[in-house]
Amino acid sequence: MTLHPPPAPAGDVTASTSPAGPPAETRPRRPRLTARQRLARWDVRLSPYLYISPFFVLFALVGIFPLVYTGYVSVHEWSLIGGKGEFVGLDNYRSVFEDRYFWGALRNTLSIFVLSSIPQVVIALALAGLLDTALRGRTWWRMSILIPFVVAPAAVTLIFGNLFGDRYGLVNAALDLVGIDAIAWHVDTLASHVAIATMVNWRWTGYNALILLAAMQAVPRDLYESAEIDGASRVRQFVSVTVPMIRPTVIFVVITSTIGGLQIFTEPRLFDNVGLGGSDRQWQTITLYLWELGWRLRNLGTAAAVAWLLFLLIVIIAIVNLVLSQRIGAGSRTRTPGRTLGRTRGGTP
Amino acid sequence: MNRRPGFVVYGLLTAFVIGSVGPLYWSLIIGSHTKSVVNERVPPLLPGGHFFANAGRVFETVDFWKALGNSLLVSTVCATSVVFFCTLAGYAFAKLRFRGRNWLMVFVVATMAVPTQLGVIPLFIQMAELGWTGHVWAVMVPTLVTAFGVFFMRQYLVDAIPDELIEAARVDGCSMIRTFWNVAVPAARPAAAILWLFTFMTVWTDFFWPMIALPATNPTVQIALQQLQSGYYVDYSLVLAAAVLSTIPLLVLFVLTGRQLVAGIMQGAVKG
Repeated sequence: MTLHPPPAPAGDVTASTSPAGPPAETRPRRPRLTARQRLARWDVRLSPYLYISPFFVLFALVGIFPLVYTGYVSVHEWSLIGGKGEFVGLDNYRSVFEDRYFWGALRNTLSIFVLSSIPQVVIALALAGLLDTALRGRTWWRMSILIPFVVAPAAVTLIFGNLFGDRYGLVNAALDLVGIDAIAWHVDTLASHVAIATMVNWRWTGYNALILLAAMQAVPRDLYESAEIDGASRVRQFVSVTVPMIRPTVIFVVITSTIGGLQIFTEPRLFDNVGLGGSDRQWQTITLYLWELGWRLRNLGTAAAVAWLLFLLIVIIAIVNLVLSQRIGAGSRTRTPGRTLGRTRGGTP
Repeated sequence: MNRRPGFVVYGLLTAFVIGSVGPLYWSLIIGSHTKSVVNERVPPLLPGGHFFANAGRVFETVDFWKALGNSLLVSTVCATSVVFFCTLAGYAFAKLRFRGRNWLMVFVVATMAVPTQLGVIPLFIQMAELGWTGHVWAVMVPTLVTAFGVFFMRQYLVDAIPDELIEAARVDGCSMIRTFWNVAVPAARPAAAILWLFTFMTVWTDFFWPMIALPATNPTVQIALQQLQSGYYVDYSLVLAAAVLSTIPLLVLFVLTGRQLVAGIMQGAVKG
């Protein structure tokens, strides 16, 4: 809002040059504002804060406060039914650290995470490379590879739980055809991890391929022309030009899948009909372990301790990721990707 | 890109698409036969005629209508609320000048890395104290406005609205909120559609929080699926028929809006 003051008398405008005394006013005094103008000024000043407040209020309620409060719960006896008990210091943490299943859950989470991120990024890269050509029916192909994304993790797990059946599963039947013995997907630790990682990969590979494809399309085409002149084959161009050019996006995809992957819950929970991660917790992940402590054993205190430990784990791995990516990304000259669409695996975004 | 793809490229892509659709097709096969098929050595290759019978059993076994209604309600309310509040906040961050703007935006971005579900225990305690556990309201609250949404709208609106347009509206005497309504909202429409879609899908497919917040008698679709599967004996023709049923609404949405989804994912990656 600009206000137009009435023109001031000429005498007022000349600046005083006398050494003593404050300089005379060079501007006329503001006329008194009317009530309406005052309202308009407050409107300008306060509106922005008003507009962003819903987010901050809600985040305080369901983000920051619960996180801090989790710490508070984790140093108390706290039962699901009875509520808060006495202060126990770090006992909950100690009992978690002494629990064999906690370390198992940590191992399983990392194992499933590795199995579901490395192949996924490699396949997504290759797929994006295939899509980054003069295809007929481009939009159709892009939509087709995104189909798994609309199937909810719960449904995905039920379908794959059937495919990976120990006795009658389609996968074992196919293995039988080529003369491989049936695999005990719901018994063997590594096999169960492979099955769960397959579900994650099935749902997310196409999605990530589209993100990588978008970055690939920003690679200057003359780079390919010069590579072509230098005699590089298609594959060689992809490995030596495309992949280095989109490195920041690759790192970005890895980081987002880290945050999602460390919290994996739905798939291990529904992989069998008991839902605790196997008879000896072969595929129990950290979030599933947290749920078992809190809602099966009804001990919210130890569950809160696990939540805090998981938070620390995510922060540590995110920092490691960031340091690594800055090391690796320092050499490349591409624009870093700003963001991606919110991806969560079973969590609220 | 002027590289003509050859037979190999199409072949590989076709293989990938078959792999993408295969499991869904499989669930349709199993879900449309009687349960005796599950134990046969050679599985059928075509859907059978029992799908509606199996679907009927799904509705008898759990309250699937209620589950569908709940999911639809929660997803619609969350998506609409996210679009409204995130457009408002995104507009403020993109176009209005106020003290602390940059720091607050950094804070919003930082919160994207904090998974909400880590606070699931206090959230549960809070909901219990408010007497909301068991009510779908408890499922909605954490997703009424999201950090990602604010960020997404800000990125979009920075370029989408010329400053002159806002100034013109202000000079013409629009109040702040009226400027938002007449200038920002029309400009934000394409991004708002994408944000609405993604939020709807995310909430529809969510499992962890609804499972904790809702009792067995008041499920969302995903929780109903879990209930069907949790017996001693898993009847796969029943369970996979339900998996198909639970996916149909999103598939319909996908058929109608697949283009926007693809565009949204690809925009999200490059516009920095």
